Amino acid sequence: MYAFELERPSTLADAVAALSGGEAQPLSGGQTLIPTLKQRLASPGKLVSLTGIKELRGIRLDDAGQLAVGAATPHVQVAAQDHYPALAHLAANIGDPAVRNRGTIGGSLANNDPSACYPAAALGSGATIVTNTREIKADDYFTGLFDTALEEGEIITEVRFPVPRRAAYAKFEQPASRFALVGVFVAQYAQGVRVAVTGASEGGVFRWAEAEKALAADFSADALSGLALDGAGMIADLHGSGAYRAHLTGVMTRRAVAAAG
Amino acid sequence: MPKVSMTVNGKSASGDVEGRTLLVEFIRETLGLTGTHVGCDTSQCGACVVHVDGQAVKSCTMFAAEAEGAEVTTIEGMAGADGTLHPIQQAFQDHHGLQCGYCTPGMVMSAAALLADNPKPGEAEIRDYLEGNICRCTGYHNIVKAIMAASGQDVGRIAAE
Repeated sequence: MYAFELERPSTLADAVAALSGGEAQPLSGGQTLIPTLKQRLASPGKLVSLTGIKELRGIRLDDAGQLAVGAATPHVQVAAQDHYPALAHLAANIGDPAVRNRGTIGGSLANNDPSACYPAAALGSGATIVTNTREIKADDYFTGLFDTALEEGEIITEVRFPVPRRAAYAKFEQPASRFALVGVFVAQYAQGVRVAVTGASEGGVFRWAEAEKALAADFSADALSGLALDGAGMIADLHGSGAYRAHLTGVMTRRAVAAAG
Repeated sequence: MPKVSMTVNGKSASGDVEGRTLLVEFIRETLGLTGTHVGCDTSQCGACVVHVDGQAVKSCTMFAAEAEGAEVTTIEGMAGADGTLHPIQQAFQDHHGLQCGYCTPGMVMSAAALLADNPKPGEAEIRDYLEGNICRCTGYHNIVKAIMAASGQDVGRIAAE
C-alpha cells in the first residue's frame, strides 16, 4: 500500500482539527476504505482514525424516543439492540461476522455505496444524520452514487432513527460480495409509510413514492400489485440487467411488507 | 515511525509501524508469528482472522496502529504451553477439517469466536457464521463437523451433502 500518515485522536475535537488540513480523510471501521486504498481508488495523504473516540460509540434512546446510534458503533452492536428489530436484522446481515465487528454505521453512510444496506435503513426510517456541525435529514443527505451532503472534513457523530410501528428489510444478496443486489426497507409510521431501495439505482438509494402511497392506504403486499419501476437508470452489470433489478425491487418490496407483518 | 504496543497471546508486544502497516503485517513480519495467513488480502477469505479484544477481525483489513493497547490472540495463542492442541484444533484434526491447511488458522479463530458467543451452535448457525471464511479444499463439511464436535455435540446426524 502507498504511504500515508495515520492519526488516531481520542476526542471528536481533535479529529475535527486533524481533518482540517485538507488531503485528510476520516477512517472508521475501514472495511470498505482499506480495500479501496489497497486498490488505489483513493489515496489521501492522511487518514484520521475515528475508532479511538469513545463519544462516537454506543446506542441510546434519545429524549424524543428515537434510537440514537453513535457513528463509530460497529454493526455487531446495532444487531444486538432490541429497540428497533428491523434495523437489528439489517445490521446482522451486513458482510460477515468479522466485517460486522469492525464496520460502522457512520462509515457506511459516509461512503454511500449504491448497494450498501444502511442507506436504505436511514432513508427508509427518515433518520437524522448528525455531524459535528449540523443535523441533516436523510431525505437531504443522499445526493448520488458515493455522494452525500457531507462537506470536506465534516464527521458524522450520530444517526437518529425514529422507531416505526412496524418495519422490515428484505435483501436479495449478491452471494460473493454479500452486498444487496437489491434491498428494500419498508417502515410504517403514524405519518405514513416509507419505502427505500438500495442496490438498484445508478443514483444510489431512493424512495419509491408510488409504493409508499399504495402502502399508506393499505399496508399489504397485495396493495403493490400493478406497481412497477422502469429499468432505465437502474444498475446493469454481469449480475443482472436494469429490467431485472426493477422487477426485483417489486418482489423485495412485497417480501419486506410481508415480513413487517 | 510511530510505535505501537499491544498484548499478543498474553505477552506484551511492541514495534515501530508506518500508518499503512496492516495488523497482519505487524503480526507476521514484526512479531514473526506466521500462523496467521494472508489469503486474498481483500477481506473476503478470512485466512487472516485473529481476535482483537475478544472479537474476530480480518487482520488484513485493520491497521496495526489501531490495535494500540488491544489484546490480540492469534492461532499461536490457541494451543496450551505444553503443545496440547486447543479443543477446536483437536477436533479439526479428528474430523479431517483441513486438507491444504491454508484457511485453517482463520477457520479455527472464527470457530472460537462463534463458540464464545454461542456454545452449542446448530449446523446452519455454523455455516452462516463461516460466511467470511473461504476454504477451497474441504467443501466445509468436515469443518462444520469439527466445530460441532468441539462444542460437544453429536456429529453423526450431519449428512454429507
